[in-house]
Amino acid sequence: MKLPSPAALSTALAAVIVLVAPHAAAQNKAEVIHWWTSGGESAAIQEIATAYKNAGGVWVDSAVAGGDAARAQAISRIVGGNPPTAAQFNTSKQYHDVIAEGLLNNVDAVAAKEGWESFLPAPIISSIKVKGHFYAVPVNIHMPAWFWYSKSAFQKAGITAEPKTPDEFFAALDKLKAAGLVPLAFGGQPWQENITFQDWLAQAGGAELYLKFFRDRDAATVASPAFRKVLTDFKRLKSYVDPGSPGRNWNDATSMVITGKAGVQIMGDWAKGEFLAAKQTVGKDFGCFPGFGPKSPYIIAGDVFVFPRTTDPAMIKSQQLLATVMTSPTTQVAFNNKKGSIPIRTDVDTSKMDPCAQLGLTIMKDKSRHLANPDMLITPDVAGALTDVITKYWNNDQSVDDVVKALQAAIKGS
Amino acid sequence: MEPIERKRAQRGPRFRWALNLALLPMALTVVFCYVGTMLWSVRISTTTSRTFPASDFVGLAQYVRLFNSERWLVSMENMVLFGAVFMTLTMLIGFLLAVFIDQKVRGESVLRTIFLYPYAMSFVATGLIWQWTLNPELGLQSALRRMGLTGFTFDWIVTQDKVIYTVAFAAVWQASGLVMALLLAGLRGVDDEIWKAARIDGIPAWRVYLSIVLPMIAPSVATALVLLFLSVVKAYDVVVAMTGGGPGTASEVPAKFILDYLFGRANIGLASAASTVLLLTATAALAPWMYARSRRERRVQRGAA
Repeated sequence: MKLPSPAALSTALAAVIVLVAPHAAAQNKAEVIHWWTSGGESAAIQEIATAYKNAGGVWVDSAVAGGDAARAQAISRIVGGNPPTAAQFNTSKQYHDVIAEGLLNNVDAVAAKEGWESFLPAPIISSIKVKGHFYAVPVNIHMPAWFWYSKSAFQKAGITAEPKTPDEFFAALDKLKAAGLVPLAFGGQPWQENITFQDWLAQAGGAELYLKFFRDRDAATVASPAFRKVLTDFKRLKSYVDPGSPGRNWNDATSMVITGKAGVQIMGDWAKGEFLAAKQTVGKDFGCFPGFGPKSPYIIAGDVFVFPRTTDPAMIKSQQLLATVMTSPTTQVAFNNKKGSIPIRTDVDTSKMDPCAQLGLTIMKDKSRHLANPDMLITPDVAGALTDVITKYWNNDQSVDDVVKALQAAIKGS
Repeated sequence: MEPIERKRAQRGPRFRWALNLALLPMALTVVFCYVGTMLWSVRISTTTSRTFPASDFVGLAQYVRLFNSERWLVSMENMVLFGAVFMTLTMLIGFLLAVFIDQKVRGESVLRTIFLYPYAMSFVATGLIWQWTLNPELGLQSALRRMGLTGFTFDWIVTQDKVIYTVAFAAVWQASGLVMALLLAGLRGVDDEIWKAARIDGIPAWRVYLSIVLPMIAPSVATALVLLFLSVVKAYDVVVAMTGGGPGTASEVPAKFILDYLFGRANIGLASAASTVLLLTATAALAPWMYARSRRERRVQRGAA
């Protein structure tokens, strides 16, 4: 066998050195996996990246399109021994299995220094604090079911005030239908059908019924007359959507409201970005209300970052720095303004936030209106089974009895 | 006969030793990677594993939950419907295309490229294009309506019981080219003399194809059928790209069920149970055919010797 020439050998050696070198160099390097790949979301995560760089860190972005794909990749890498510095999850039970396996570093030091126990809402604390230790850094609070409406559509239909009860809401939808508009802009995808049902349960059924179902997983509640009314009314909403709704993306439905073709959309506060991108203003072109009446429940959802287990001191330092930067007041305002969500802390400068976000923040100060998102109360497995039942109910002519039975089976889980 | 036999006996042990050594890596891969991981999956399906494997034992509880799940039953039913429509139509269209190309037409290589092109596209691109084409508001229905046929309706893709057929059509469009290429190779191996003899005997062309040529290209047909069957069992990306599981759960397929539960729903116990059932179904479907084939081969061998 002929030995490779000296030139080839030295080139190979140089290549090896070049590949190995970066591992020794960067200070406070943080590789972050997340799924914020759309225009607005990307701009939002850039705010955190800039803040981290200004604090002396090096940000390495690992964006993966699609929440499921990003979480799957994060978990695979954590288990495989090549973990990122931080990974994004929803404020939920998605990462509790990972905590149980002891594969996450805790952030108790940052939590104590910033005083999280004093200002974070209770539902969020119960998702990030497991067995007395904090394992995730919350970065925002999303409310997955605001009511967005087009001012011009409401004017055309002769609706003068925002509906304060479910009956008023149905009356408004009837008026919109009579005016020849699409009453409810809707996208027929399982997750959208799901959040519409969850919101209707919270708003029309009430926080008590909602918690009995999602938190206590009480099968008897499902068969109660109040719950059955929620199911019937939920299906009644379907008569107000247009025939092109199956499979439609959420932002296509939002554009129906933006252009005034449709009246209302029930969608999370991330929809606000679409209105703002279309240069519309709150109060003039579109309106927003979070529920029926002044004491309506405010569903809390959001995103967190977790920090995979590592004993490498440099990586631990990066993780601590990331956690501090992500929760600082200035970063919170900058990030959440671009994201459409509201900051996790109430002691921030609200002057730069738009009226809908300011309303959300004011509501957050009222602890009695806090309501945990179902993802914080049930495992992804049960959540998936419920989604299957709801989407089948929405798309088929099923009797309420059948749906009740299916929901009872699904909420039991494994 | 004798000198050759003796020579082979002399070469015997050394020759087999080198052969077995060369095959050892592949054999180890098969045992540990294929069979081993299959057995591990079956073991996981008897546990309550969620995101991570657990080591408890709950017997067939996951299987009970699986068959109580309406979504799984719909998936299995859809796989059968999709498989039947997909395999029949693809074989038919692929065969007709191969016969057409085999007629020594002008521009044969151009035509062959055109027909094979869809197979070069990923299932995701195929699903997306067909979703747009079949969408009642954006595609075929609205285009024809705007052209004047106001009564035309083709909204199968949003209809509960017809959506799986639209997925099958998209898959047929994609795979027909492959079947055409496989059968064309087989047809090219058919001796020209057969055609001359058939012409002399005055047999019509369709009869020649049916009774003489098809049995001759049986190996190509078998290969095509096996490849199509594997596509049916694996069908995931075309469903996700085209309907995302259909309105509600109407176009769910087993592969999508398994992957959803493996990752998004963090329940590898249930996903492993579903995988095991899928494996058993596929084996049950292929086993009788493979057994018949091996019996035929053994008969041929015995007849020759």
